[in-house]
Amino acid sequence: MISRQDVEHVARLARLALTDAEKERMEAELSSILEYIDKLRALDVEGVEPTSHAVPLVNVMRDDEVRPCLPAGAMLANAPDRAGDSVRVPRIIED
Amino acid sequence: MGGLSKPPKPPALGAPRQSRGAPRRPASFNGYRRGDFTPEDTARAHLERIERLDARVAAYLTVTADHARRAARASAERYRSGRPLGPLDGVPVALKDVLCTAGVTSTCGSRILERFVPPYDATVVARLHAAGAVMLGKANMDEFAMGSSTEHSAFKPTRNPWDLARVPGGSSGGSAAAVGGRLATVALGTDTGGSIRQPAAFCGVVGVKPTYGRVSRYGLIAFASSLDQVGPLSRDVTDAAATLSVIAGTDPLDATSVDTAVGDYVAALGDDVTGLTIGVPGEYFAAGIDPEVERAVRDAIAVLEGLGVKAERVSLPATEYGIAVYYIIAPAEASSNLARYDGVKYGLRVPGKDLIEMSSQTRAAGFGAEVKRRVMLGTYSLSAGYHDAYYGRAQKVRTLVKRDFDSVFGRVDLIVAPTTPNVAFRHGEKADPLAMYLNDVFTVPASLAGLPALSVPCGFTRAGLPIGLQLIGRAFDESTLFRLAYAYEQATDWHTRRPELP
Repeated sequence: MISRQDVEHVARLARLALTDAEKERMEAELSSILEYIDKLRALDVEGVEPTSHAVPLVNVMRDDEVRPCLPAGAMLANAPDRAGDSVRVPRIIED
Repeated sequence: MGGLSKPPKPPALGAPRQSRGAPRRPASFNGYRRGDFTPEDTARAHLERIERLDARVAAYLTVTADHARRAARASAERYRSGRPLGPLDGVPVALKDVLCTAGVTSTCGSRILERFVPPYDATVVARLHAAGAVMLGKANMDEFAMGSSTEHSAFKPTRNPWDLARVPGGSSGGSAAAVGGRLATVALGTDTGGSIRQPAAFCGVVGVKPTYGRVSRYGLIAFASSLDQVGPLSRDVTDAAATLSVIAGTDPLDATSVDTAVGDYVAALGDDVTGLTIGVPGEYFAAGIDPEVERAVRDAIAVLEGLGVKAERVSLPATEYGIAVYYIIAPAEASSNLARYDGVKYGLRVPGKDLIEMSSQTRAAGFGAEVKRRVMLGTYSLSAGYHDAYYGRAQKVRTLVKRDFDSVFGRVDLIVAPTTPNVAFRHGEKADPLAMYLNDVFTVPASLAGLPALSVPCGFTRAGLPIGLQLIGRAFDESTLFRLAYAYEQATDWHTRRPELP
């Protein structure tokens, strides 16, 4: 039901580098889970509204004003690599 | 009740009933106030038990002993001067490692956050500190709260205090084992599809999943944002009610926390339950349920009837689709939430020649097998060409699940059912992912509908493993849940039994 090609495509979308063994297992496991989930096809949901969450809330507004926040240093303390007040990442712009 | 089952004999009454009208308070609070013992005694005793037993139980990932001693000393001082902060002052608590704790490593059970030290407290953690609770440490869990056994922790599997060869349930397995094993008085867990109620049932403790929106999720590391809720696990209903009273309530830092009155859940305990109507859904007693679990739950219903509660047979026909809906919606939300673990701002980074390679290698090294499986499943069901067939359809069936409850709650005050179809299973017993998922069959529907639900101990199997009774209530009506659970607890003595930990 799920092909090796599907697994590789979805892994790329999900930014997951999978080993060949993982791909093989994923193919079998996802197929079996999706086969179970296919029981939903038996239901008639014509005209049923979707539920995205169960709370009676729509938009929650607040005043647009500056409030105190954590200092940059505290937020950067967990960064794997940093330069001054920035996080450092591999070059993303080509020459 | 009429025709549902032969009325069984109620179990022997054990614990003395608390006299009606007396103000109910957590046992620790009463003891501290009378001066029978101090918060420092309690903290010391718990730390000593953790030191002695947790190598075997593995309930904790981090023990904050120094913090606990300091907090207990401050609490003892408040009692000495006659000014405790409230019923939770001096209560030793374990916090699931999915909750951010300022300055204390919060791993979420994952290698990708192994060295993550949050710069702030989750709102629920800040509220517990402000109420004087004493943090003992951070509790083990399935990685990113994905699992039903705590075997998916990246660090170690937690063991069930009633039988160390068995799982404590999950994902809040560390929290449940800590409370069940007397390694904490109260714990916070989180419940997305049953992750508080199922481990509570497996470990013989009380576990409460509040209404979605009742408790702030700020500082709770997100799994499935439309389902996640924080709630208490405790040895008895009174402690759970006292804890929810402290952590509940709207929070400007979580726009999905609902601004609705929070009751004094402790004050409502002991109110009469005569005249309440409970619904007993036939779908929760279907084939596959352990006969010992069914027997215990039917006995519990008979006890409730003995207390003047009216039991009525009801039907929730969409129950059988709950797991399928859940395993589309929760992984879909997870795949989006977990996109943030890309090696850039915090957490693990595995270097790569460009950003995509860096992220892909970081996630490959940092996520365990179950997290990868769910991220893949969620990404697939949201991807072009499959979105409507899977995610869109699941959202519609979620509406059907919710409608079932809406229609039943027109007639009954509460729904009563087993928390789980089986008792705690052995480590390694559910190696097939789908078999593990099916264990959530009775807890997932209330999660999808956003309803409050709790599990309270209702017996033991012949092998001595705990069984949980699940109560599901109307949205934001936690008071009635607590009231009935308390009445049941007072009529039985299950909560007074303790595991014989070596």
